[in-house]
Amino acid sequence: MSLLGLKTFRHGVHPPEAKDETKGMAIRQFPFAPLLVVPLVQHAGKPSLPVVREGQEVARGQRIARPDGYLSVAMHAPASGTVRRIALAPGISGRMVPAVYLEPFPGSTQELSDGKPCPPDAPVDEILAAIQEAGVVGLGGAAFPTHVKLKVPAGKAIDTLILNGAECEPFLTTDHRVMLEQRDDIFTGIRYLKRVTGAGRVIIGVESNKPDAAEHLRAGVPADLKVEVEVLSVKYPQGAEKMLITALLGREVPSRGLPSDVGALVVNVATAAEIGRLLPLGRGIQERVITVTGPAVAKKGNYRIPIGTPLRFVLEAVGVGPGVRRVFLGGPMMGQAASSLDIPITKGVSGVVAFDDGLADRTDQTVHPCIRCGYCLEACPMFLNPSALGLLARNEEFERMAGEQHLMDCFECGSCSFVCPAHIPLVQQFRVAKAMVRKRGAA
Amino acid sequence: MAAPAKTLEIRTSPHLLSGYSVDSIMFNVVVALAPAVAFAIYAFGWAAVAVLATATVTCVATEAIAAITARAAGKPSTIGDWSAAVTGLLYGLTLPASLPLWMVVIGGVVSMAVGKLLFGGLGQNPFNPALVGRAVMQATFPVAMTTWLPPFAAGRFAGLPGSLLTLPFAQPVYDAATQATPLAAWKFGHKATGAADLALGFVGGSTGETSAVLLLLGGVYLVARNMMSWRTPVAIFASVAAVSGALHLVDPARYAGPVFHLFAGGLVLGAVFMATDMVTSPITRGGAWIYGALIGVLVVVIRVWGGMPEGVMYAILLGNAAAPHLDRLIRPRVYGTQRTGGRS
Repeated sequence: MSLLGLKTFRHGVHPPEAKDETKGMAIRQFPFAPLLVVPLVQHAGKPSLPVVREGQEVARGQRIARPDGYLSVAMHAPASGTVRRIALAPGISGRMVPAVYLEPFPGSTQELSDGKPCPPDAPVDEILAAIQEAGVVGLGGAAFPTHVKLKVPAGKAIDTLILNGAECEPFLTTDHRVMLEQRDDIFTGIRYLKRVTGAGRVIIGVESNKPDAAEHLRAGVPADLKVEVEVLSVKYPQGAEKMLITALLGREVPSRGLPSDVGALVVNVATAAEIGRLLPLGRGIQERVITVTGPAVAKKGNYRIPIGTPLRFVLEAVGVGPGVRRVFLGGPMMGQAASSLDIPITKGVSGVVAFDDGLADRTDQTVHPCIRCGYCLEACPMFLNPSALGLLARNEEFERMAGEQHLMDCFECGSCSFVCPAHIPLVQQFRVAKAMVRKRGAA
Repeated sequence: MAAPAKTLEIRTSPHLLSGYSVDSIMFNVVVALAPAVAFAIYAFGWAAVAVLATATVTCVATEAIAAITARAAGKPSTIGDWSAAVTGLLYGLTLPASLPLWMVVIGGVVSMAVGKLLFGGLGQNPFNPALVGRAVMQATFPVAMTTWLPPFAAGRFAGLPGSLLTLPFAQPVYDAATQATPLAAWKFGHKATGAADLALGFVGGSTGETSAVLLLLGGVYLVARNMMSWRTPVAIFASVAAVSGALHLVDPARYAGPVFHLFAGGLVLGAVFMATDMVTSPITRGGAWIYGALIGVLVVVIRVWGGMPEGVMYAILLGNAAAPHLDRLIRPRVYGTQRTGGRS
């Protein structure tokens, strides 16, 4: 509980919110780029298998790739056009991934084609299959296939379904807009989600900086649906799955466990809205809502951007000045720096943020030795000791980090690096250490 | 609109920082010390100015020499971070205003060189550097370190006391009558000092250990800026009050009461500004409580049963020695785990 009586979790940080410029801007459709590059792996899992040939003409919304096994999803054409190539394309991290190069027809009306509808009262397995077929992944950023997440493990029961409308990342306002503009889609989505999880209770968690969204949702709950809307205090990382469960239910997800271990399941509001929007029409994800913002952006806003739109096209369309110094995908706390302007927008991208010198300079600070101020301990939502982890990382004592200091419980929210007065790149050290631990564990 | 022509930087998240820095924390400690420094000058005149300035300049100069050698070795220097100024000021505030300046210089060099740089500089030293310097001075110059000028002497702004300008290795000559500290007066003469005089600082002692109220004001400022752990001083005060109070109940004639112990000597200066030194104190909340309580007990034990009237310095140094062990023993429970610690 915070001072205002709002629910929250212990620790965390208060970065500047920076949402004012875009939170009032309605979602607008983004134009089609002359060439769309749809990566066949936009999710955590196996790449999808293309079902189109080079030279083939496809309709907008048509399935262009099928899931390769269970941990994989389908892909859909973001525009009506011609498949030019199926070849490698750069991903966000710079690694090359297989992709479908699609050239939209010029002057096409870009009518969306529907598929086989799946009603909310369909059998559970049918709904899960439809979600996989619609290509739905976690739209909060993790891009984990949603049908896998929704499959309740044998022997576990979900009593509470939580919809994540916290949107704790600074700068981002997509979930805010989706809650305001796609309320009915969200409630339809909840019907599907309730059915597949068997949850009796549904809570939508919204940070208190979005009172309009909370009020709007509360006012529109259908008569036959019981949904609680809970306002949470503004604190980062309130939208992290574990922090949200603790804030709303007072339950702690066990170390290395899953939310289902404590009877909870968390789905992002945008993901729920997409399920509610797509499944009744048998459609698949072919675009997503993205906040394009930051000091270097001229036409800031919330845009519905076709999947596969090259980042360069996005930045040119919104007008990025010569002062731009950093571009990252996602929010500034956990977002990934763009390795190139040729990378395409994928399903996991919730924001495109461009910094100019002013903000970039503020993160260009000299690294000092750790002065053991303890700020990081007070910030870490997992109650880890980032200071001790950082000292161990310097000596490459990865096993001790994982054993004594619970390194693997770190989910890289960046709160420790954010507060560190010595500007030690703690999260970066932990990412490397985690990768090393995984590598050695696998070997 | 043209595509951005310049090269984009790639770095890892987070892409925002809180704005706190080592420099700003250290600078704010200097700001928090300002009222106490001003009162020291008001009470002891030019003598306090000379002692504090000499102490600070010596510490900064020692760090600067180390910075030059560090730069030659290709390591980043920490000269700009105000930490040497903090050490210098704190060290100066523990000295008598009559201390010959050549002695002040020696202690300043020892504080920085032995107390901090020898261990690897900022963040590496196990003991508070200012107290290391003072401990060495206490052992080396026991008489000069316990010869106190009376505060508010009439001619304190007329000139420097002769003892300050004593030539190295010569016997210092004190112009005015010297005055015992309240702690010494109690220990050796059983003379009590009034609580109001103690709290406001109208008593004899080292330059900075006199005005408890102004020192606390500085502490409140740092706590308000989230730059100091309030748990440590609160634990020290509570434990000093509890132990001295219990003794006082047993025999009021023999043992001074808790108010006297709280406001006399260097307790407030030590508890607020030295025990809270981030580098040399425990990093966890639980550790801070135990560390503070330990220091409080040691302060009373040394004052009551030790050979010297004052025990804050040694109590904090012993607390510093315990800090790493407290950090090993006290581990916050990690989210999603049942028991404390992680001894796997």
